[in-house]
Amino acid sequence: MKRFALIEHTADTGLVAYGQTLAEAFANAAYGMFAIIADIGTVKEVERRTVELGEEDSESLLFEWLNRLLYFFDVETLIFRRFEITGFDEYHLRASCYGEKYDPSRHHIKIGVKSATYHMLEVDKKKNRVRVIFDV
Amino acid sequence: MTKWHGSLEKVDEYRWRIPRSYKAGMRVDGLIYASQSMLESITGEQAPEQVANVAFLPGIVGYSLAMPDIHWGYGFAIGGVAATRVRDGVVSPGGVGFDINCGVRLLRTNLTGEDVLPKIKPLVDALYEAVPSGLGSKGKIRLRPGEIDEVLAKGSRWAVEHGYGRSEDLASTEEYGEMAGADPASVSVRAKERGVPQLGTLGSGNHFLEVALVDHIIEPEVAGTMGINKIGQVMLLIHCGSRGLGYQTADDYIKQMMAAMKRYQIEVPDRQLACAPVESPEGQAYLAAMRCSANYAWANRQAIMHWVREAFCRVLGRCEADAGLELIYDVAHNIAKIEEHEVAGRREMLCVHRKGATRAFPPGHPDVPERYARVGQPVLIPGDMGRVSYVLVGTELAMKETFGSTCHGAGRVKSRTAAKRMLKGSDVLKSLEARGITVRAGSLPGLAEEASEAYKDVTEVVGVAQSTGISRIVARTRPIGVIKG
Repeated sequence: MKRFALIEHTADTGLVAYGQTLAEAFANAAYGMFAIIADIGTVKEVERRTVELGEEDSESLLFEWLNRLLYFFDVETLIFRRFEITGFDEYHLRASCYGEKYDPSRHHIKIGVKSATYHMLEVDKKKNRVRVIFDV
Repeated sequence: MTKWHGSLEKVDEYRWRIPRSYKAGMRVDGLIYASQSMLESITGEQAPEQVANVAFLPGIVGYSLAMPDIHWGYGFAIGGVAATRVRDGVVSPGGVGFDINCGVRLLRTNLTGEDVLPKIKPLVDALYEAVPSGLGSKGKIRLRPGEIDEVLAKGSRWAVEHGYGRSEDLASTEEYGEMAGADPASVSVRAKERGVPQLGTLGSGNHFLEVALVDHIIEPEVAGTMGINKIGQVMLLIHCGSRGLGYQTADDYIKQMMAAMKRYQIEVPDRQLACAPVESPEGQAYLAAMRCSANYAWANRQAIMHWVREAFCRVLGRCEADAGLELIYDVAHNIAKIEEHEVAGRREMLCVHRKGATRAFPPGHPDVPERYARVGQPVLIPGDMGRVSYVLVGTELAMKETFGSTCHGAGRVKSRTAAKRMLKGSDVLKSLEARGITVRAGSLPGLAEEASEAYKDVTEVVGVAQSTGISRIVARTRPIGVIKG
């Protein structure tokens, strides 16, 4: 099953992510975001960070989830490649994220993502599909 | 890309109205500044719809405006200007954007192309080394614990006090590089954590440093006031913003306003337009945090400029005074400001959102530095990296029509993905070098995304600003060296 597809947007870039479950679509959205940022094939799973979120609705949950991962990238230069969602409902998400610190000698960085946005943001609970546009 | 099929009424050659009857809920008309030939790309996507959506904001006055570099953004169109009444209107973090106080500063020099061109490669290399750029780069500035709060409160002044540049730089910076009403307590811990390691970094994407030559002076007297004296004179351009600190601040407050909108019973057609009354606790907290982010961006550009000066002098073997490295001006093009304007014959305090738009105040305005009191506020419009950039000045007409605002750049016409599909970074590099432009870039695909072909022609954009009278063209520069993150 395809994990995500890129969406073209003039100023920015976005993605649609799929899953067997909504939790999996959230994980695939995060995977897709890091695939936009870097060539994650060369990223090893040496660091783990846990994320625990509670939001007012599932759209804000997706927004916060992706932006929290960008926070780790800025503060610790962590590039994640695998996301294990250990708890999930419409308003809450708990996950373990695996990756490693950016190493310019081994990792190829593509473009920067400033933030996920609410523009065209969609969480489709029936189709287990999410859509997000990034400010890049 | 979906074409926009809404109604656009021709007002005159360069003004196009979206009547408020287009969409129920619009409080004012939309007004787009564009030439006939630019309309095709503008209506080729959903930017006009975004102009219409912004017209929903409570308290909006005049028009929902779009400058000639308008293109499809998220929520607000890029190139959008929206003024809301402070007393009963809203402030929207989406109307500023994630990169709060993304902006441009321009330095003059006493040198010419003859002095610099023989050393352009070592100069570009030295600038690339001197200014941390690209993703994952760490700044050279080490802050004491808690010192970030001083940066947020003082902006450029913090930088000057710490040896980055000179006190006279402050008078040549919008808001003197230190916006009042910045409260560091309104900025989240996460935003500060993101800001600390990135102070003094350029970032990636469309941010850049440029070495350019003056190649056309349209208004010699005005140019002379700015120290732009001759064709071939070397100029230095810096474009960057508030880095992760600004992005996190925008994230934090967009989310808060989403919840606040329910309380204030505000409805908007796009969640990215989330807003709260200007005078509400949420609105005031956002403005205080936004001003901190703006100050961070000014401190950032001030530090970067200091390293640019050092590297320039080292490579050219000149001392700073001899090289004449003076700051012409620094403008913010993603910001919201509380300003007094005339609305229907009355003076009114407004919250002016400029999202990819530049303030363009006229001669004699109290916020224009004294040295420019006679000519008006300098407006800096960078083009794409392969073509030209412009220096403009603000006008009285901008005050009357656009709340003292004008365009900010070329404006994209092709998505990043489309640009990359069409062009290879290595070919873009070669074609720039064939045009006499030396480039150092952190990422080749990133370079392809920023190629000239992905942008509107900035000459057409400033041409509309000039023809409509919302600013006047003073001088043009052409790049000879570009550093991209």
